[in-house]
Amino acid sequence: MKAPSHVIQPDTSLFHLDLPALWHYRELLYFLVWRDIKVRYKQTVLGVGWAIIQPLMMMVVFTLVFGRFAKIPSDGLPYPIFAFAALLPWTYFSEALSRASISVVNETNLVQKIYFPRLLLPISGVVTPLVDFVPAFGVFLVMMIWYGMLPSWSVFALPIFVLIALLTALSVSLWLSALNVKYRDVKHTIPFLVQLWLYASPVVYPISLVPQEWRVLYSLNPMAGVVEGFRWALLNKESPDFAVMAVSASVVVALLVGGLVFFNRMEQTFADVI
Amino acid sequence: MSDLAIRVEELSKRYTIRLPGSQHDTLRDTLADLGSRLFKRTWQPSGSTSERGHSKFDQFWALKDVSFEIKQGEVVGIIGRNGAGKSTLLKILSRITMPTEGRAEIHGRVGSLLEVGTGFHPDLTGRENIYFNGAILGMKGAEISRKFDEIVSFAEIDKFVDMPVKRYSSGMYVRLAFAVAAHLEPEILIVDEVLAVGDGLFQKKCLSKMQDVGQQGRTVLFVSHSMPAITRLCEHAILLDSGTVVKKGPSHDVVSTYLTAGLGTTAIREWTDPARAPGGEIARLRAVRVREQGGRIADTIDIREPVSVEMEYDVLKPGYMLMPYFQFYNEEGVVAFSAHDLDPNWRRRPRPVGRYVSRVQVPGNLLSEGTMFVGACLDTIDPVIVQFYLLDLVAFQVIEKQHGESARGDYAGKMGGIVRPLLNWTTQFIPDSHLETDASRAQADAEPQAPSVRS
Repeated sequence: MKAPSHVIQPDTSLFHLDLPALWHYRELLYFLVWRDIKVRYKQTVLGVGWAIIQPLMMMVVFTLVFGRFAKIPSDGLPYPIFAFAALLPWTYFSEALSRASISVVNETNLVQKIYFPRLLLPISGVVTPLVDFVPAFGVFLVMMIWYGMLPSWSVFALPIFVLIALLTALSVSLWLSALNVKYRDVKHTIPFLVQLWLYASPVVYPISLVPQEWRVLYSLNPMAGVVEGFRWALLNKESPDFAVMAVSASVVVALLVGGLVFFNRMEQTFADVI
Repeated sequence: MSDLAIRVEELSKRYTIRLPGSQHDTLRDTLADLGSRLFKRTWQPSGSTSERGHSKFDQFWALKDVSFEIKQGEVVGIIGRNGAGKSTLLKILSRITMPTEGRAEIHGRVGSLLEVGTGFHPDLTGRENIYFNGAILGMKGAEISRKFDEIVSFAEIDKFVDMPVKRYSSGMYVRLAFAVAAHLEPEILIVDEVLAVGDGLFQKKCLSKMQDVGQQGRTVLFVSHSMPAITRLCEHAILLDSGTVVKKGPSHDVVSTYLTAGLGTTAIREWTDPARAPGGEIARLRAVRVREQGGRIADTIDIREPVSVEMEYDVLKPGYMLMPYFQFYNEEGVVAFSAHDLDPNWRRRPRPVGRYVSRVQVPGNLLSEGTMFVGACLDTIDPVIVQFYLLDLVAFQVIEKQHGESARGDYAGKMGGIVRPLLNWTTQFIPDSHLETDASRAQADAEPQAPSVRS
């Protein structure tokens, strides 16, 4: 008797990550991202411009408020470029987290009618905003030229930090998106969460401002490591705090594993509860 | 010996419904409720009756111990009332929701059509939606590109394929959605009542496509409320009621069970106790029966064959002329026709006391496909005194198999009408020399030739 292609039965295992299914549906991930990008720019006037305006405007406001009024130090660099280097990964992260956290509920119709590994939804949510890096980066290069600074070899380390930002956004949104399916008010907490997180990360101020006794606690925030990493890679600041970055990376791994298990468990009841 | 496609063993699905008032959709409410319950416990110790002994949860089994086997290449219909569990079964087999107990074995790639147009985005063009919808249904990008032209021509939207879908008419939208899904080539196809959309022409297309799929040797699981569609497309059917399998077997058998169980009527109705027999002082009805050509009681009749309906009645008082008649009507209550007894032996002849059986024969190729209800009535003539007038007494299914000469001919789509008579057609052909030369001249203009010879 031939073995069945698959067996449907109540899932009693603690954790079951169906990697073959994810691989089989990899093209769907591409289409989900493709669709999201297309839809974003359809019938818009500014189109790609939005990818630049947001970090640019934030930089202007931060420079005025934190750089001028509050006179926060910026590690010896001009404040605008200090802020913008951090805003590059930050804009990506806030967009990725916001999108991916509501990704499952946004596709209620798909979840109720079609089978595909639901994990693809938050993954597509964190992949789509990567596109915005390109124009924002362009602006950054213009700024560097303006300030007469040259990038160094450390620029090639950027993808690592992008990856950490992506994984952080993904792991948190695995928790949030799964919870949001059952408890709809979770989505209202996200803008608030992002705001708090902004101030918990060294975006508007340098990490050197954080007192030593708080450093360890502070470095539990993976985005601290990412922002530091971006500043080091782009602006070649001396001695990045590798200890901070190492802690960040391990926190991400822990969050990710936990998130995958949680999402996987909840996934089975999505169609019933959504 | 064909292999198994699907084997379902004791599949069960339980849903927990929280009673209204205790449902919490927000974290805020859940926490608030927790808080108030804690509060109540501290301030009102034992003896408080508010939540004690009152279950907040109600459970119901959408499916219970469902078991069946489907072999490769079979086209199987799933029927049942609303709420019987059909959609739940499809959802489980499509892996959208998990069973509570039991298991199902699937052999082959499954393609599910639970809804038409899932994933369509109004801002994207037809082209873009074809790609996305195809991808979400499980097709690879290369496969979609390969079938792209076919899909577009099936949907008949050739000129509009690059327009945003929100500008499409509802007909175009539905055609496109079905076109994409129709070009899925899974080994097992699961379809949920999607043929209920669109106009008549479109439904004809869908039906033919479904037939093609079945003929290609794919396994099809088809849920529908249309009994004609089920009997036409499926060899076998499974009847579900309240989550359990009531009957499985050849489709017209199962369909009959479904209809008769739901309606409370059968192809035979008898009153054995004379005191209960309906009627007046002159005549009382004892039985009504539907018989097929061979004389056996049948609740399913082939559309091409005659069907006879008889009423058995007692005449209690002599000397009256009687008029028995039947009324034939369809599922919607529209009367197809009524048949009045014209038997020359008894017409306008006073009847002696006794037991009579009056039978009418309806020729084949007259009735339309579907359920036919029959009412039996009897009046006296001169004066007219109604003895009984009973509708909804018996019912039978008129079904059409694919092959054979019926009024349908070669047409595969939906045919309306309360009756479907097989009528005579003639065609007259008149060769017309003027039309011929015009036609050949048009052809000569189109193709460059050597100078033609003037006639």
